[in-house]
Amino acid sequence: MIVTDRSTIAASGCDTNGRLAVHELSICASMADIVRRHADGRRVLSVQVRVGQLRQVVPEALSFCWTAVNQQTPLMDTTLDIEYIPGEIECGACQGRQVLADPFLCCPSCGSTDVSVVAGEEFLITSIDLADPGEATEG
Amino acid sequence: MGRFHRHEDGTVHQHHPADAAHHQHEAGDHSGYGTGAERVQVLEAIFSENDRHAAANRDEFDAAGVRVVNLMSSPGAGKTLLLRETLRQLSGGLRIGVLEGDIETSLDADRLEGFGAAVALVNTGQGFGGECHLDAPMVRSALSRLPLAELDLLLVENVGNLVCPAEFTVGEHARAMVYAITEGEEKPLKYPVMFRSVDIVLINKIDLLPHLDFDLDQFRRNLAAVNPGVTTVELSARTGSGVRHWCDWLTATAATATTATAPSGAGPATDTRR
Repeated sequence: MIVTDRSTIAASGCDTNGRLAVHELSICASMADIVRRHADGRRVLSVQVRVGQLRQVVPEALSFCWTAVNQQTPLMDTTLDIEYIPGEIECGACQGRQVLADPFLCCPSCGSTDVSVVAGEEFLITSIDLADPGEATEG
Repeated sequence: MGRFHRHEDGTVHQHHPADAAHHQHEAGDHSGYGTGAERVQVLEAIFSENDRHAAANRDEFDAAGVRVVNLMSSPGAGKTLLLRETLRQLSGGLRIGVLEGDIETSLDADRLEGFGAAVALVNTGQGFGGECHLDAPMVRSALSRLPLAELDLLLVENVGNLVCPAEFTVGEHARAMVYAITEGEEKPLKYPVMFRSVDIVLINKIDLLPHLDFDLDQFRRNLAAVNPGVTTVELSARTGSGVRHWCDWLTATAATATTATAPSGAGPATDTRR
């Protein structure tokens, strides 16, 4: 599928039946705002993103929408490096720390639901790689 | 180590020339920029912009002494009908405002006319790409159309969707979810972010239970897997049964308006009601 503009994706809708792209689309617009603010007019080579498993963000959809959102902008050649963080809980019953296979909040060892999430809720831009300061963007 | 610098807006970066030197040979065509590429540490939450607006909304709600509940569900779960019944049962008691999110139409807002509540509509269609949720700036744009200082409770009816609204706080004090038993038992496992983010789950269309293969105990086990201990109320917006318990929860929520502000998601402590 070749996406030519934002409305093409928007028309695909965002409903409860599937993980369609509009969620990631608006997220990518927010990300582009953050990147532009930190880039200070310099060309951005790549953006490093950390996404937790307990977030409802699909990395493939994020990459797809990043490209779509940034078409015809100074960020159009900027790549997205996604670091996916597994969910991890600490169990109040058995005191164990466990990486979760599924986003269910119970201890894989003892079955207790007295757990606290210690990883997997991250969703942030950790860093950006900028080109030479002498090379300004066009935008 | 890296070096810091500060921008006019107060943002502080730490630069890591070593990282950048490592990275510049991995990504793309770097011919012509010598050694100038560098990695800039950002460490900014992707929802930070929305969260800033949400905090401003929250300040405005607290200043006006109004408690705000964000009501979410999938399309067709019965939010609007439940709101009608809620307004009917609470009329004459609480002073209620409704902020109605809808992608294009005023159909839902029209259904809420005549119950003595102040209703403001936010069409999200003009948002970026036809937004499928309310975000904090959208809610902010509608606040001037509501007499906040004269209200005890503001109910925000979000756009019907189980994915996006969970991620975008609008400055609410509590989150409620309408779930219809016609949706199947597995929904909490498919949409854990939404089910985990709420303070109360309203199990709607319970009058249909005898006619469905729905396994209520299985649903409760699935819900407990993602949000152990969440408050639940079984009700039917159509017949009105059970709605009183939800109204009691709302009344208790509104009564906390004068207390210190609680973090997002802090509803009143109530027992699970069956």
